[in-house]
Parts: sequence; C-alpha cells; structure tokens
Amino acid sequence: MSAPALIAQSGDSLRESFGKALAALAETRTRVVALDADIAGGTGLHHFRKRHPARFFQFGIAEQNMMAVAGGMAATGLVPVVTTFAVFCLRAVEQARLSIAYAKRNVKIVASHPGLDVGPDGGSAQALEDLAAFRAIPGMTVISPADPHEMALATEAVLDFDGPVYMRTGRSPARSVYTDGHSFKIGKGHILRDGNDVTLIACGVEVARAMEAAERLAAAGISARVVNMATIKPIDTDLIACCAEETGAIVTCEDHNIHGGLGGAVAEAMAATRPCPIEFVGVRDVFGESGEPDELAEKYGLTAPHIAAAAKRAMARKRRG
Amino acid sequence: MTALRRASTTPPVPDPVPRIAAAAARTRQLAVAGIYRAGSGHPGGSLSCADLLAALYTTELNIPGGAATDPTRDRFVLSKGHAAPALYAAWAAAGYVSDEIPLALRRINTKAQGHPHVLDMPLSETSTGSLGQGFSAAIGMALGLRHQYIDARVYTLLGDGECQEGEIWEGAMCAAHHGLSNLCAIVDYNKLQSDDRNANIMGLEPFAAKWRAFGWNALEIDGHDIKAILAALTTAAETPDQPTMIIAHTLKGKGVSYMEDQALWHGSVKMKPDETRHALTELGASQSDIDLWMTP
Repeated sequence: MSAPALIAQSGDSLRESFGKALAALAETRTRVVALDADIAGGTGLHHFRKRHPARFFQFGIAEQNMMAVAGGMAATGLVPVVTTFAVFCLRAVEQARLSIAYAKRNVKIVASHPGLDVGPDGGSAQALEDLAAFRAIPGMTVISPADPHEMALATEAVLDFDGPVYMRTGRSPARSVYTDGHSFKIGKGHILRDGNDVTLIACGVEVARAMEAAERLAAAGISARVVNMATIKPIDTDLIACCAEETGAIVTCEDHNIHGGLGGAVAEAMAATRPCPIEFVGVRDVFGESGEPDELAEKYGLTAPHIAAAAKRAMARKRRG
Repeated sequence: MTALRRASTTPPVPDPVPRIAAAAARTRQLAVAGIYRAGSGHPGGSLSCADLLAALYTTELNIPGGAATDPTRDRFVLSKGHAAPALYAAWAAAGYVSDEIPLALRRINTKAQGHPHVLDMPLSETSTGSLGQGFSAAIGMALGLRHQYIDARVYTLLGDGECQEGEIWEGAMCAAHHGLSNLCAIVDYNKLQSDDRNANIMGLEPFAAKWRAFGWNALEIDGHDIKAILAALTTAAETPDQPTMIIAHTLKGKGVSYMEDQALWHGSVKMKPDETRHALTELGASQSDIDLWMTP
C-alpha cells in the first residue's frame, strides 16, 4: 500500500512557495534557522528541513515556548524563522509581544493556514484575527503576500529585513496574480490595475478576487483600480491617500475579520490623510465553518461579486457626499 | 564542596564566600532602598533571591568587560522579572553598574524599568516580566549558543509561582529533549506567591520529582547557603547531556524580620519611611547610606 497523499504538500500554495523559497534563500544566509511545532509538512518548512537538517529545530506541540525560544535564539545572533498555523500564532501572541517585539528581536513569524482559506478544518482552525492582533504590537511588521510568486519575493525581503515580522502564507492552491518582473518592497502597495472610479485594496488570496471583481466592474462600465497591499503594517499611507484622492472611493478586501486587519489599517491611514467613502469586504465578525475555501468565500462574502457590489456601494456614497 | 576541591588543584584562591555574602547584603539593601524610593516594587521575592544573584554575579558568570557585548559571555535571565529591584542591586553590588541604577527603580525617563528591559539594560539579556517567557528565552539562548559552538553557559532564575505557567513545562520538555547541558535554571522556592502559599494557590509538589521526570538533573539546596549555591552551580556545569534545575529553598523577605515568610510583602508595595529604616537597619546598611538613600 502506498503512503497517502498529503494534502498539505499538494498544489501551488503560498506555504509551499514559502517553504521552497526559504530553503533556497538559506543556502547563502547561514544565520537563518527554522523552528517548527510538529507541522513542518503543513507549513512548507519540510523543504527547509530536508535541505538544512542541522538548522531545523523541533519544539513539539508547544507554541508558546517556541515563540519565546525564538527570541532567545535571535539574541545570540541567529535569524529564527518560526512557523506554525496562524491560529497557533494567536496562542503565542504574548510571547511574540514580549520576547520578540518588546526585546526588538530579529525573528520572522511565518503563519500558514490563515482565514477561511483553511477550508474543511472549520472554524476552530480558521484564524480571522491574526492580522489585527499582530498589527497592534509595536514594531511588528505585518505582511500577507498575494500569490506564490510574490510569496517567494516577500520571503527574501523578510529575511533581509532587520526586525520582527509576522507574515501570512496560505493553505490552499493559490491563483497567480504575478508572473515575472514583480519587485516586492516591504511597506509599499502595488497598483496591479489602474482605474478612476474606485480603488479595491486587497491582501493575500483576496487580491486575485479583487482583480476578478475589477473585470466584472469594467463590464459594467466602472473603472476600478486594484492595489495589492501586501504590507499591512507599516501601511502605505501615501498610496492610500493618493487612491482616495484620485478615485474617491475605496473597498478593502481581506480573508480576515473586518475589524482590525487590512480594512482597519486602510481606514486609519485614510482618515488621517484624505478621507473618502470606504467599504469593507471581509468576514463580518463571525467565526467560520467547514467547507471548501471557495464555498466559504462565497458564503461569507469574500468573492468577486461581493467585492463588486461593495465597490458600487462605495461609489454611491461618493456621489451623495 | 566540589567547587572548593577543584580550586585546591590550582594556586590558592581567596575563599569567595565572604565576598558573595557582602554582595548579597548590599543587594538586599539597595533593593529595599530602590523599592522605597520608587513607592512600589516587590520586596519579598527580591530579598529571597539575593544570595543566588550575588553568587552568580560575583563569581559564577563569566562576562568579559562586564557588559553584554562579548558573544562568548555567560548569560543570566531573570525570568521572575518582578525581582528586578534585586537584579539591579546585584549588578551594583558586583560592580557592573553604579548605585544610581537600583536607586532609580521605576522612575520615568530612567533605564531601571519595573521589570527588566533589554533595550534599556543590555545586561538583562532579554525582557521579562511575563512569567514563563524568560525561561523559554534562556532555552533559546542555550540552543543558539550551542548551535554556533560557543562554549558559554546560560542561567535563569524562576519564581516558584511562575512554575504554574504551562510555558514552563513546555520549556522543561524542550530543554531536556535538546539535551541542553549549557543551561542551568534555578527556582527561588520561597513557597509564597502573590496571594498566598503555593500549596494553597496551586500546589507544586512533588517539585524536584517533576523536574526529574521531565529529564532534568534536579538538585535541592538551601538557597541562602552560599557554599551550597556554589557547589550546585559547579555540579550543574559538570553535568553532561541534560540541563540542571537547582531548587533553592529560600525564605521570602529574607533578612527583614517583619517581611519574612509573609505573602503580604510579595508586593508591589509602597514602603513607609519607618518600615524602610527598620528594614535597612536589619539588613546592615550604614547610617550614612540609610540617610542618603532615604533622602528624596
């Protein structure tokens, strides 16, 4: 009997892209070590474990200790990459706060399985609060790349950045937004498609859905700009102000609670610069449930038709204003 | 006793015990003075660990240049971060910082934070104050040093109540699993925590047996017996393949009669002038130091 196919290792997912990139990038970055809590097969870290076994550290199912240990390892000059599921990063938020951020340690927290994208494992496993929690920690950079190509670029940028980072990957096979030629820069949003009537600002798996929404809107005669806001913190305030100024309406799109994540970050930045109507596409302050990612995205309002409808609502408010 | 026997094979060295005892007394005095001046802080658990801190900083730790700069230095992490008054005082008593540091405890715009913060005080090695985390950070340092073939040791001091944190037992498994013989943890086992006795809040016993079951070399000593402290530290350094836990039986509030074995003085407390004068006198502070320290 052959071994069962591991769902965890199938498909062109963000986590697999991260794992492959990390293993390759670590060849020349000898201070990089990776920490695992018994889910290397699921986080993409199995690539690193295979290529750099002496730099792979196992902590068992004990994330709080692992997170604070990472701070201690960084104190000796290493660059620890801590990996687990996003929901278990939430379990160790306080360790990330004190032993990593407060102590200003050069630790990279890489979280797979964020949002409804987790799918069949259900509500207990679908972290919809991680961006908000980690964004609230002083000095913590928060990143959620859009597709496998950008994931690899972001992994390199994160390793070469000096400071604590929380980065989301993703479980499910991801749609490509980028091919070659993209350059990722921490703190910079990227205009994927230009438009004049409304700006769709998205991160993670929602970027592809926002692009699809822009197509739909175009068919209805609406010119939508799409921004990939892969860095949620520090947010690209200049770009947000520019989009507010030039399009007069904004929709944020994220696989996360509408409270405190990308939508919150964009609203804060815009309110402090150039306010305009804003609509929030995301999970509306409820927990998820079991189902396939696309089914869940439809049920919880994250798909292109929902984004397009939100764009129209934002534009309607603009006209009234 | 091992330490003394080892020392006899080399040219005679002065007995370290009187020096450590003097540093411990000074540590207690400065800790109490700092807490008085701050108007808050934790005296009970600061006084109970003064002998341990004095032994570590006077003779045990090898910190070239006296600063947290040499990558090969030994590390000490105060996981029971609320004993910061004693940590700063122990540094002063051992000559790492001036008396101004412990005496500036908890004041705005100073570096002597209520709980150790590594960005303000590099010698604290990491930031602590949330129980359980310093222990894990120390494990990370031990792992990181060993990974880089740096032959330095890592020490960490835990509170007894701190051992109710789940993270401690995650770390206990981890350090033993990874065979961290370069790690030595010490529990300041004064039997009291914030509200009451450990036994009434959440019992720890059988404590040494727990650590042994988790794969540690567990030793039990009188945490106020300096010779016993030195001997245990030597045993720890000579134990291969596993981390050592020194369970140091101590007295909360040690050295101040009205504080001894009283949970009330766990803190954070505001000490009155007459209480402070009484405490400093019992701790052997000179009249001139008392007058100097109690002047606002």
